[in-house]
Amino acid sequence: MSMDEPDTRRRLDDMAQGLIGKPLDRTEGHLKVSGTATYAHEWAVADQAYGVLVRAPFAKGKILSIDKAAVLAMDGVLAVIDDDRLLRNPAQGTANEAPVQGAKDVVYLGQPIALVVAESFEGARHGAQSLSIEYDADESVAIDPEASDAQTEKPDEKQFSQGDVDQAMQEAAFTVDQVYRTPGHNSAAMEPHCAIAQWEENQLTLYGSYQMLKYNRNELADSLGIDAEQVRIISRYVGGGFGSKLGIAPEAVAAAIAAKELQRAVCVTLSRQQVFEAVMRRSETRQHFQLAADKDGVLTGLSHVSLVSNLPDETFAEPVGQATHFIYGGENRRIGLEVARLNKTCAGSVRAPGEAVGVTALENAMDELAEAAGIDPLELRLLNIPEKDPEQDVSFSSRKFRQALKQGAEAFGWEKRQPVPGQVREGEWLIGMGMASAARVNVLMQSEAKVTLSADGSVIVETDMTDIGTGSYTILTQIAGEMLGVPMNRVETRLGDTDLPSASGSGGSWGASSSGSSVFLACEDLREQLCRKLDCQSADLTLKDGQAIVRNRSHDLVELLGGESLQAVGIIEPGETSENVRQATFGAHFAEVAVNATTGETRVQRMLGVFSAGRILNEKTARSQCYGGMIFGIGMALTEELLHDPRDGHIVNRDLGEYHVPVNLDVPQLDVILLDERDDHASPIQAKGIGELGICGAAAAVVNAIYNASGARVREYPATLDKILPYLD
Amino acid sequence: MKSFDYQRAETVEQATTVAAGKNASFIAGGTNLLDLMKLEVLSPDVVVDINRLDLNAIEQTDDGGLRIGALVPNSKLAADARVRQHYAVLSRALLSGASGQLRNKATTGGNLLQRTRCYYFYDTASPCNKRSPGTGCSALQGQNRLHAIIGASEHCIATHPSDMAVAMQALRATVEIEQTDGHRRQVPLQDFYCLPGTTPQRENQLESGELITAVHLPAPVEDSYQAYRKVRDRASYAFALTSVAAVTQIRSGTFSHVGLSFGGIAPRPWRDTEVEAMLLGQTPSRQLFEKAADRLLEEAQGHGGNDFKIPLLKRTLVAVLSEAANFGGDA
Ligand SMILES: Cc1cc2nc3c(=O)[nH]c(=O)nc-3n(C[C@H](O)[C@H](O)[C@H](O)COP(=O)(O)OP(=O)(O)OC[C@H]3O[C@@H](n4cnc5c(N)ncnc54)[C@H](O)[C@@H]3O)c2cc1C
Ligand code: SF4
Repeated sequence: MSMDEPDTRRRLDDMAQGLIGKPLDRTEGHLKVSGTATYAHEWAVADQAYGVLVRAPFAKGKILSIDKAAVLAMDGVLAVIDDDRLLRNPAQGTANEAPVQGAKDVVYLGQPIALVVAESFEGARHGAQSLSIEYDADESVAIDPEASDAQTEKPDEKQFSQGDVDQAMQEAAFTVDQVYRTPGHNSAAMEPHCAIAQWEENQLTLYGSYQMLKYNRNELADSLGIDAEQVRIISRYVGGGFGSKLGIAPEAVAAAIAAKELQRAVCVTLSRQQVFEAVMRRSETRQHFQLAADKDGVLTGLSHVSLVSNLPDETFAEPVGQATHFIYGGENRRIGLEVARLNKTCAGSVRAPGEAVGVTALENAMDELAEAAGIDPLELRLLNIPEKDPEQDVSFSSRKFRQALKQGAEAFGWEKRQPVPGQVREGEWLIGMGMASAARVNVLMQSEAKVTLSADGSVIVETDMTDIGTGSYTILTQIAGEMLGVPMNRVETRLGDTDLPSASGSGGSWGASSSGSSVFLACEDLREQLCRKLDCQSADLTLKDGQAIVRNRSHDLVELLGGESLQAVGIIEPGETSENVRQATFGAHFAEVAVNATTGETRVQRMLGVFSAGRILNEKTARSQCYGGMIFGIGMALTEELLHDPRDGHIVNRDLGEYHVPVNLDVPQLDVILLDERDDHASPIQAKGIGELGICGAAAAVVNAIYNASGARVREYPATLDKILPYLD
Repeated sequence: MKSFDYQRAETVEQATTVAAGKNASFIAGGTNLLDLMKLEVLSPDVVVDINRLDLNAIEQTDDGGLRIGALVPNSKLAADARVRQHYAVLSRALLSGASGQLRNKATTGGNLLQRTRCYYFYDTASPCNKRSPGTGCSALQGQNRLHAIIGASEHCIATHPSDMAVAMQALRATVEIEQTDGHRRQVPLQDFYCLPGTTPQRENQLESGELITAVHLPAPVEDSYQAYRKVRDRASYAFALTSVAAVTQIRSGTFSHVGLSFGGIAPRPWRDTEVEAMLLGQTPSRQLFEKAADRLLEEAQGHGGNDFKIPLLKRTLVAVLSEAANFGGDA
């Protein structure tokens, strides 16, 4: 089915099993807490050898030679691989082809340049650390995107202009003209990247940790120069992705090459340090905002021009202005993006690329505009919600933005906020409140699933969708159970294997609505098949607890199947509704913080997020996604920052001891309100993406609260205490 | 990780004998040593396991103090009733460090000897005088948010990261060391660590093969105010940007005892006896505290990323002393 028309039937609402939306526990949860869910590294493949990637110790230049002999002579070392097919960096999400290959041309410090394989992991690691190389280092290393001699590009398709912002700024009653900066971030998923490669003749099986298997399979095959049919990837469980496992990566290609050469399974796992320096980072951003408003605070102009960075010849550029296009109105608009070419770890998708940093800075600018105009920040947002998309003549699909703001303000007690900063003090702590809007584009992707209704009345769902800790197993089970009227424990959901029908994969928050729709469509087909047996219309068929009920008569499903099993394939494809309406998810963040008047340390005291994201398929897993996003927001606001050496650009804080994600004590009581919504344009299950929404704008609520608490206006993330100290008495 | 010989010591004497004169490391909790070995920052030929040694007790000493065995875990020390009652600064410092899991493994001796967290020290591709003498100091012109503002040299600006040692120094602890000749000596903690000077690779007074057997705390200071104020980038599981340990006593309205010690700012837990002397016998006042802080920071020098530590330490010290003054005493 192509999503060309809104699906107003809302079929899931007619079903009787009562699973959809319920806060059900994860179906695989018990496996994870008991340590029996098999992650990539844990596949007990017989007779494995271990490979460790060798790190380029310089930022730019050419490798002239590698002294293999000395390392090969070490105890237990089996091979030193420097094949031309090795990857320089991972593939970008949905690339579907090999990323840049040829690891001998070094473009960042930390780039994998070779693989040492040994009988033991320790032996391989020692070999990798001992490998001596001769190289020709190029001293012209580019590190700072804002350096006067930085090479930058302005891709035409990433510049937008409407009306005249400069004039709007001149004529405005109130303006904001400020620059905000966000540092690089690492996904910092718990499970380090790992691949175990095993060949049988010319068939490769790769146990890995990846988010988008149908693309990854093509990327891996292309990297190796073989057919996609020769590749099978298995990723049953993924210990967090956050964008870092979207594309095939150096460990997979290296493992496959080594396994072929040694005719033996090879396991390559990244160390935590390698996860930081050889996996995608989020680009740092410089964001220049100009906001112009009339005397009532209504936006007349809005300019958002950003500078980001990436390696030379990478096409990905952090889409900073993505949601600036549609959150707020304003006649005159300019949204631009510039990319600096640097010798720093490859930049790619990390936790809501674009909005995570773009909405955040926008919401800081809006806070400043509210102050300039003397309007309550909440009021300012409400005033500027556009009726239609402010740049294209299309309306929004479902959008409970206004309700999220209002309901959130009420639940949070926003009216208690003191408009003047620094008014509330509890002992040594200055207390303040801040808020921000949340928005994220919504995307539907092609996805396919096969559903089997077995003769015994049980159901099997099969698709190569991944569950990266988000709850895919659970919601797909719920959808099938709901549509076919069987309890959760009668549905088996099989994921994470390219032998299964190709799914959308996990990324861009599109997994649940896309793969969920494919399962839904397959189930609709199965319902039709049952209707034919019962000689009824689908609308008259109720399926519940293994019974088919038509016109008040109940039929046992197993009897009805009569020893036969039924099968159907569902395929969803994005269609015209992706073009003729603006689809996005919205929300509001509220935060209360305490800033220490002596030290400038900030502690978040409470936080509330209200989100509108179409149908909520499972209230518990959706809420967990939102909590996670808000916690990322706390990290972005207060601590997270990739520190690069100013000379060679390498990431110096390469572990979780020094790259500070929030720990339990940093995270206070969080509350999430999920608004009841159906988006008929988004998908036949009326669901939209929710995974990334929680992070979009969250950090701004915290930083705006810091201002309200202390008068410290921090425009450079993260708001560490050194940036707050100068504002304190 | 390089291959190494593993030897388990059954007695203190055996431990020192096995290690003497070799490229050897004792392993206690291993929470720092193993990380360093995996990264090949340290590659001992021999690892001597001291976990079976009988150094796990916290005992009362004749002079009314405590003797803390080198293998006493950080969590056990922090929870000890005597420590909590009479040496609260130590308990608080320990609990402000690392995480619950780490504190269960980390030992008293290992904590004293943990290495700096300077990023470049942990990265064998970067020059570092402490790791490879003579290669240069990457932090000086590099990332140095964590680094020292006092006591550093142009050869090394790393800080000592321990919280525990800062509190112990404020309590005027001494370190008990087993020499390779079988004798034991005691070194005041304030003399135990070396400043980097031109030899940042040498961090303390231990000679090859010498083992820390215990830390001694003197008898408690009566009616004392004790505080450990740790300022850090996140609420837990982060090293101190600056910390202040204070053990003070006020009699008749003036300071009758002042023990101050500072973390996160110097190559070793920092003590400034002149600052203590300035306060001793004086009536507490904000002015006095500011003067003391200025004295402490007279020679402080930032390196860019850590400039903020100078005002931060001043503010923190003044706040701690103000609280000490309000705590009163018999005045
Ligand atoms: C992520 C992380 C966060 C941390 N945060 C903090 C923090 O906030 N504050 C803090 O203070 N610490 C912190 N730590 C450090 C922790 O306290 C130390 O790692 C621990 O105290 C070391 O003790 P250990 O017994 O494990 O030492 P080991 O790793 O076993 O040994 C450390 C060193 O001491 C030597 N050694 C050990 N015992 C003896 C002995 N008896 N005699 C002679 N030599 C000996 C070893 O040879 C080795 O060189 C953190 C550590 C980590 C990994
Ligand atoms: S500060 Fe010391 S430990 Fe850090 S790089 Fe310089 S010499 Fe090495």
